[in-house]
Amino acid sequence: MSPCTYLGYPAEAMAGGGDELKLLGMWASPYVLRVKLALSLKGLDYEYVEVDLKNKSELLLSSNPVHKKVPVLIHNGKPVCESQVILQYLDEAFPGAGATLLPADPHERAVARFWAAFNDDTLLEASQAASWGKTEEERAEGEKKVVEALEKMEVGLRECSKGKPFFGGDTVGYLDVVLGGFLAWVRATDVMRGVKRFDPATTPLLAAWAERFVELDAAKAVMPDIDKMIEFANVLQARAATAAATN
Amino acid sequence: MAAAAEEKELVLLDFWVSPFGQRCRIAMAEKGLEFEYREEDLGNKSDLLLRSNPVHKKIPVLLHAGRPVCESLIILQYLDDAFPDTPHLLPPANSSSDAAYARARARFWADYVDKKLYDCGSRLWRLKGEPQAAARREMVEILRTLEAELGDGEFFGGGEGGRLGFVDVALVPFTAWFYSYERCGGFSVEEVAPKLAAWARRCGQIDSVAKHLPSPEKVYDFIAVLKKKYGVE
Repeated sequence: MSPCTYLGYPAEAMAGGGDELKLLGMWASPYVLRVKLALSLKGLDYEYVEVDLKNKSELLLSSNPVHKKVPVLIHNGKPVCESQVILQYLDEAFPGAGATLLPADPHERAVARFWAAFNDDTLLEASQAASWGKTEEERAEGEKKVVEALEKMEVGLRECSKGKPFFGGDTVGYLDVVLGGFLAWVRATDVMRGVKRFDPATTPLLAAWAERFVELDAAKAVMPDIDKMIEFANVLQARAATAAATN
Repeated sequence: MAAAAEEKELVLLDFWVSPFGQRCRIAMAEKGLEFEYREEDLGNKSDLLLRSNPVHKKIPVLLHAGRPVCESLIILQYLDDAFPDTPHLLPPANSSSDAAYARARARFWADYVDKKLYDCGSRLWRLKGEPQAAARREMVEILRTLEAELGDGEFFGGGEGGRLGFVDVALVPFTAWFYSYERCGGFSVEEVAPKLAAWARRCGQIDSVAKHLPSPEKVYDFIAVLKKKYGVE
């Protein structure tokens, strides 16, 4: 393995047996937010380190040499990368702590993983095209695919929740956190577009779930400021427009 | 016909050349699990497939006592979870963070294979000129990165008794495509990643792998058919 050795931590910190958690992140990233949500739900203490993605630190580059991305969770000096891998790691390395995200039943676990993959592959690809597609046509096609994907997600929510408030049932589970990470962006773009991404008419379960999720104490504790998100989105859009104009 | 499928314990809806389907076949063989293999005609998908995977309509789909599990890496983890008394692919979860870390590492690398290999490989045979050259450079980097992770290990690790583990099973089907990547890209896996090439040969000696992977030549012929279909040449 591209060995990531104990990154200059004093030996005493390791030997003590205490758990040292450090999260490398970027405040607006939905993937980082997932991890923060999980840590918050599990009541785990950690040190948060904001990374400047335009000037990546040595710590990030040595912790995630393969992708050079955030989030990276560093537990007692050992890095774990990729948000879904981190979520499952937290469940497994801290079994006593607060909520267990994935259910115990093998088939339910497979279903939760399926919808998480759907979110990260299908829904995300459509969202990227809808927001950042270079042509009007690309964006319209992306938008259509987002709507289709959300309708499928609505079915997924019905299947997983079985009438209960969350994807995880009575309490927040894996898929709630996976999707929950995106709620800051969703709320920001709802304001910017003037229309709700989770349309209560076509996706009533998702719309209700989103309202419910952001009211959770664990979510309120870590959600980024929506006005800041809107400002950031405007910056990104301006940058994309400039890039398009100069191409 | 549908009733018969539900009576069988394990049924795999699959397509012969799919590396994703092969992962599932190899995993079940490693675990000593009997299963019924059903070849799908992807141009004329069965009702069973469409019902079992309505979202993506793709293979592989594993039916366990009639209940569908979709997505190959999810199927692999399901097999570990649902059949805990069979040889494990991921190191078993216990309370130690070492086990959790080993599992995280395996998931990371299987995800890396999923994110990188198939897509880059497709670009290698589908494109020409500079985009193909770019795909070749990327493929070489992917193979070298995987080799670095393998290190001097016999396998990528984590499997029961030092045998094929999660990452090995995730990656091994793509070894049948190495020959095609080499021919389309004009490079040699042996040259750019000799340890990985040796790992591929080592895996090829294992029964479950030998039984369920097509010959590299068959894969190359398949790509030739695809190329014709998509008007690539």
